Amino acid sequence: MQPIAIRDVSLNYDTPGGKVQGVTNVSIDIDASEFVCIVGPSGCGKSTLLNIIAGFLTPATGQISIGGKPVTGHGMDRGVVFQDFAQLFPWRTALGNVSFGLEMKGVANPERDRIAREQLRLVKLEKFTNSFPHHLSGGMQQRVAIARALAYNPSVLLMDEPFAALDAMTRDDMQRLLADVWKETRKTVIYVTHNVAEAVYLADRVVVMSAHPGTVKTVMKIDLPRPRDPLSVEFLDCQKQLMAHLGHNTNGVAH
Amino acid sequence: MQDAVTISVAEAAGESRGAERWRLIWRNVFPFVVVGGLWEIVAWAGIFPQRLFPPLEQVAASFYQLTVSGILPHHAIETIFRLLSGFALAAVFGTIIGVLMGRSRRAEDILLPLVSIGAPIPGLAYAPLFLLWFGLGNFSSILLVGFVSAFPIIFNSWTGVKAVKEIWVRSAQSMGADDKRLFRYVILPGALPYILTGLRLGLAQAWRILVAVEMLAAVPWGLGWLIFGARKFLNTDAMLAGIVVIAIIGILLEKYVFQKIENYTVVRWGMTAK
Ligand SMILES: Nc1ncnc2c1ncn2[C@@H]1O[C@H](COP(=O)(O)OP(=O)(O)OP(=O)(O)O)[C@@H](O)[C@H]1O
Ligand SMILES: [Mg+2]
Repeated sequence: MQPIAIRDVSLNYDTPGGKVQGVTNVSIDIDASEFVCIVGPSGCGKSTLLNIIAGFLTPATGQISIGGKPVTGHGMDRGVVFQDFAQLFPWRTALGNVSFGLEMKGVANPERDRIAREQLRLVKLEKFTNSFPHHLSGGMQQRVAIARALAYNPSVLLMDEPFAALDAMTRDDMQRLLADVWKETRKTVIYVTHNVAEAVYLADRVVVMSAHPGTVKTVMKIDLPRPRDPLSVEFLDCQKQLMAHLGHNTNGVAH
Repeated sequence: MQDAVTISVAEAAGESRGAERWRLIWRNVFPFVVVGGLWEIVAWAGIFPQRLFPPLEQVAASFYQLTVSGILPHHAIETIFRLLSGFALAAVFGTIIGVLMGRSRRAEDILLPLVSIGAPIPGLAYAPLFLLWFGLGNFSSILLVGFVSAFPIIFNSWTGVKAVKEIWVRSAQSMGADDKRLFRYVILPGALPYILTGLRLGLAQAWRILVAVEMLAAVPWGLGWLIFGARKFLNTDAMLAGIVVIAIIGILLEKYVFQKIENYTVVRWGMTAK
């Protein structure tokens, strides 16, 4: 699909209270079809970085290119799932939301409807096709948002803690689903998470960020065969290493 | 056994739903019963001459007579025509101007000061100007109604466009919406709750100005004319009949236009502030 090159990207926010550091000197190279997770403490700039890659924020310094082309703004090559529940259009049903990208692409109706329904089925919401977002729970809304980002088939997926609000069981299902979708479609994925086990389950590589200033601390390769078994010794070992990188006390993690 | 229990529960629910409905109706009617009662007491106590403070049955009788003779409907139709024409002008141009101000920085810079100065001036203050410029009659009253009721519509559409969530805009853009489609599929529905509020306020404004202007513009028919004209002949019952018609038209517009639109859009979408 598309490789992504992030070079020396920095961004500060101007706020009434002064300058707030968003991200500082971030450089990451991501291969085509690679699954990269970004982890780090709250406020270290994960969402900021994702928004820069999505093209919604322009970095003060540095540049980003996708498939060799410099990023100058948003584009249909990138599908985005935001951290915020409120990203769905309240005036469209689940189906209408998922259809949006296809509509913009000019996909005509029997086909558009079929694809959208299929995506909703994948995230297990086929019963809620005609529900408006305010009748769905937070987790369900987030799943619609994922279906929506997948439906128009962008080559890069940018996801900001999409499963953080789901219960453990649904989250496991969704992680498995995402791993399957990724295996099938070979999209390049950048996935922000707080959850160490999630990062180890999904990622080819995990980028560990640190706060103040928000920058890349280390990059850890996860060399486990897929599909991964979260209960295997190797998996727990990886988790432990990642925790150590994050600066957690790892005592008693590997039971 | 199981069935019997279920049925009796259902019956109880049905019964309580019926009771609930009666309570609701009573709650809506109660204030009118109280005011009506007090009115009757004052009317019959002879505090005012009965010509000036007629009892309700007399108002009802005159309402009936004016209606069957076709006089009241004629007044009402003329008024509704002016109201809706003026309001339609305000709705179309007000929304366009407001949305434009919300979308374009330049338009905002130019128009906001003008609108901010124009809005707080009482609508009636513009009336002599309009009458001088456009003459007496329908045309200038409709124009004035449109002008005055456009202000709340402009303000609310402008606020509504500004209140559209950035994340909706970003989602739409990342899915490939160009400016035109962004506007149609995201900005307009996103701003709709505010636009509807603006239209409601605009209609209220239109009523207020219209009733007074019908007198000033020397139009031969209209509820405002009826009410003011009736004063000359101490026809208090005709005045009250005119007021009742205004109330009825207001309620009908609210119930069968605004609430219908709202239920179909912002209520269905869960976008009402609650
Ligand atoms: N719109 C904004 N205006 C000003 N400062 C902001 C804005 N968005 C983020 N920041 C600041 O930038 C820093 C990074 O924020 P960001 O949202 O990228 O963190 P994050 O890593 O995504 O955190 P979390 O895990 O809690 O979502 C924080 O210090 C935050 O206060
Ligand atoms: Mg974040």
